[in-house]
Amino acid sequence: MNPAYSVILFTTASGAGYGLLVWLAIAVLLGSVAPSGALAAAGLVLALALITTGLLSSTLHLGRPERAWRAVSQWRTSWLSREGVLALATYVPTGLWLLVQWFSPSIWWIVPAFLALLAAAGALATVWATGMIYQSLPTIRAWSEPLVAPVYVLLALATGGVVLALLQAVFGSPWQVMAIVAAVLLVAAAIAKWLYWHRIDTAPRSWTVESATGLGSIGRVRPLEPPHSQPNFVMREMGYAVARKHASTLRMLSLGAGFVAPALLLVLAASLPPVPATFAALAATLGVAVGVITERWLFFAEAQHVVTLYYGAERV
Amino acid sequence: MTALPLATEKKLGLVIDLDTCVGCQACVTSCKEWNTGGYSAPLSDEQPYGADPHGAWLNRVHSYEAGDGAKGRTVHFPRSCLHCETPACVTVCPTGASYKRGEDGIVLVNPDTCIGCKLCSWACPYGAREYDYTDGIMKKCTLCIDRIYNETLSPEDRQPACVRACPTGARHFGDLGDKESAVSKLVAARGGYDLLPELGFKPTNKYLPPRPRKVEATTRAAPTEAISASDGSPAERLFAWVDKVLSA
Repeated sequence: MNPAYSVILFTTASGAGYGLLVWLAIAVLLGSVAPSGALAAAGLVLALALITTGLLSSTLHLGRPERAWRAVSQWRTSWLSREGVLALATYVPTGLWLLVQWFSPSIWWIVPAFLALLAAAGALATVWATGMIYQSLPTIRAWSEPLVAPVYVLLALATGGVVLALLQAVFGSPWQVMAIVAAVLLVAAAIAKWLYWHRIDTAPRSWTVESATGLGSIGRVRPLEPPHSQPNFVMREMGYAVARKHASTLRMLSLGAGFVAPALLLVLAASLPPVPATFAALAATLGVAVGVITERWLFFAEAQHVVTLYYGAERV
Repeated sequence: MTALPLATEKKLGLVIDLDTCVGCQACVTSCKEWNTGGYSAPLSDEQPYGADPHGAWLNRVHSYEAGDGAKGRTVHFPRSCLHCETPACVTVCPTGASYKRGEDGIVLVNPDTCIGCKLCSWACPYGAREYDYTDGIMKKCTLCIDRIYNETLSPEDRQPACVRACPTGARHFGDLGDKESAVSKLVAARGGYDLLPELGFKPTNKYLPPRPRKVEATTRAAPTEAISASDGSPAERLFAWVDKVLSA
């Protein structure tokens, strides 16, 4: 599948934003972040910025972005529509939470706590819907794996957790617990991703050009002449292929630079004084960004669509 | 709405005969010609005279080799929307632009509400939907909805442009939901089949397999021995002698 940069930016940036929102809500509910302090406000603004950047970027890959509002109408059947509805709905408690902090910080604590809970639930549901857009497509074997949506949620929580640990260190608020939690999440995400790759590598490739054309009873089927001289939309969108050698190098880069190294840096940050800890958390955040963008690029580039059978793939 | 109709009154579709298709591409060009001026207008082309020409077409004809040796043959393989009974391209659509008609089962895209997200093309295993880069929306086979019900056309023209254009009669149009229709009988008689049935989208269009070759046609070899045509005359015997000397 063609790795569209707008969709990679959308899923990684808004994933981190939603993850940050979840951890911020949990931290506020547990009392480790003051519900109306500067840290909570900065976290909310950053989460909203990441989410909004992602959502705006996702409209860039539309042919008619001005009609994007129509996408909230078909939530009954379409995971993409559900994602849109949930993303918009999550703005309501998140925005109210921010307003409450800004204008009436002395309000009864239950109000921001309730809004935080709603925002966290909305954030998790939105990321789950994003994962389900892919997981619900049986035409792409690597995506119709039961691990796809859980990994989306796990990666959002891990990246958001790293960002919150960084923010806490920057604001001089206790960051150690969040750093350790984020490190554990990164390791869990790395294990889940490794399992996912193992599964897609060993999954049977049972769809063949013989079943796609129905000509298997005659014998082996191979393309003789393509229907067009230049790649068409189907080949450009669905026929993207990445060399296996490069894919395995990129997987190692993603796991090493994006998950393992940042996890170690966060453990280190938990034992350092505030200033070096901030730098360690910053380095971990940059590493995670590289890792998760590489992971998302591979998620698309490695996914083989069944339609490629008509264009020369022997089995998918 | 992207919710599918529980059942459709008719199941209009195509039956494509892989035995008689000669890969002439007449259906491809007539489809493009009709639809670039009809319901799907425009069907844009990018760089039509440039280095990388490509565009939106609703019907593509591949050519494959199938089998080896005496069984081996060339099969021309037209590929367009199969108007599935349970099309995922419709249910994934976030805007409701994609829909399946309850009255005849035709799968259509509303060009006024499609946002060009391309998710339907990901959901379709048959590559039936193409993105129009200029128009910014998805294009697909409409089964020539603007021909088949068009009372301003003469009755014989009220069928899809591809069917009308086929010079070998390899394309048939009709109601596959009616067991007594000509297309249903054809499918029953010739063993018409679904593409990728294991994916479960229940395509309406059916493909007729190439007929088995006659044994003589594949086993009879070209003559290899010299033809002995001597009628015993002196001239023939002279030629035979010359042939023998020269062949030695």
